[in-house]
Amino acid sequence: MSTTKASRIGEEIWKTRIDKVNAELVTLTYGTIVAQLCQDYDSDYQQVNQQLDKMGYNIGMRLIEDFLAKSGVGRCANFRDTADMIAKVGFKIFLNVAPTVTNWASDNNQFSLIFDENPLADFVELPDDGRAQDELWFSNILCGVLRGALEMVQMQIEAHFVSDVLRGDDTTEMRVSLVRYIEDEMPPEEE
Amino acid sequence: MAAPPRHSSMMSTSNAGTLQSSTTDRQQAPQQLPTPQPTQGLRVPSNRKTIYDRHLNRSRNAESSRASFAYLFGEMVTYAQRRVTGIQDLEKRLNEQGYPLGLRLLDLLFYRSTSTSSSALSSSSTSSSPPNRPLRIITLLHLIHGPLWRLLFQRSADALEHSVSPDTPNEYMITDNDPLVNTYISVPREMNMLNCAAFVAGIIEGVCDGCGFEAKVSAHNQPTEMWPSRTVFLVRFGDSVMEREKVLERNGVK
Repeated sequence: MSTTKASRIGEEIWKTRIDKVNAELVTLTYGTIVAQLCQDYDSDYQQVNQQLDKMGYNIGMRLIEDFLAKSGVGRCANFRDTADMIAKVGFKIFLNVAPTVTNWASDNNQFSLIFDENPLADFVELPDDGRAQDELWFSNILCGVLRGALEMVQMQIEAHFVSDVLRGDDTTEMRVSLVRYIEDEMPPEEE
Repeated sequence: MAAPPRHSSMMSTSNAGTLQSSTTDRQQAPQQLPTPQPTQGLRVPSNRKTIYDRHLNRSRNAESSRASFAYLFGEMVTYAQRRVTGIQDLEKRLNEQGYPLGLRLLDLLFYRSTSTSSSALSSSSTSSSPPNRPLRIITLLHLIHGPLWRLLFQRSADALEHSVSPDTPNEYMITDNDPLVNTYISVPREMNMLNCAAFVAGIIEGVCDGCGFEAKVSAHNQPTEMWPSRTVFLVRFGDSVMEREKVLERNGVK
């Protein structure tokens, strides 16, 4: 499936099948979550990143169901298809943005998502404490979401941000790597 | 207003060095300006994608999916729940998370109410009337019931009432028949007192405090047959507010 086709599908679902809310409500709610974590973990940003990733993982595991139901798309033929599906359909119908897929590794198992727009980070300025800009990945919840969602469709991936405009970088970029396809396993027998 | 604003004096010092340089240098100079000294201040991207460079109304009509809000809010509640000892504690925590939002939303509301009213008026008067900060309780409550609710939930709240009891003239109620925040939360039976709209109560409290109306706000379940998740936000103003209200009333301030 081509990128343009995926974009078309994403647009179509966004227009016809998605209940909407004011984007600022989502932005602000996410902002309070991160602010609360920074407070709870006493500005230990490594821990905040980890906790955000965990929350995202929880969301991703449930979100995939919603994604499949709303999009009605079938299995992706390869990881390149998966990338387009994530960027042009997944991000589109949940956050109304469509990051660019780029920087493929030669083995086709690693790509970058470049976020031209990141609704989670609107209105945001990181704390000027000399550390947050080096340690905090503000939108780290998104990595967890991808990890959780893809795990539910038999893909173990690793995702992390490599740059963020909030840190003073020129782009916001997430790196996604396929670790392995998870083989179907029989559920453990109940005792 | 006698002293020049700090920024302008800083800008002129930074510009002084480039004044004698060639035109091409000068064109590049503004890009150099925001580059902070190492180890001092926040770094900003060279393409200036910062909150200071983007228009505040940019996301005014932007939409996101209701699902995303539900997921985030759900995680927020789940996370809060792990760190509290009871329902009251949980509601307090949600309230505290909403409070700073209220403080900030207040500024956004005023900013936007001026920019629309000034465009409605003649465009020649750039210094149109300043935003009307509410002075009286009723004006404040209307601000919450209308513009604040519309900003957050794209509709007004459903009712605004004053306590009928003579003992509690400082109590007001704002009702939402079907709060968005509770739509995707299922509360276990043993916690049926819990109302996660405590988050919204916190937002209201922030707006009140930000306006100089000290208040405590709480969210209560008041289901009806037609509206099972109907929620009443109880706004209790402090004594100082009530006293001031009386003075303003006597002086005929609206």
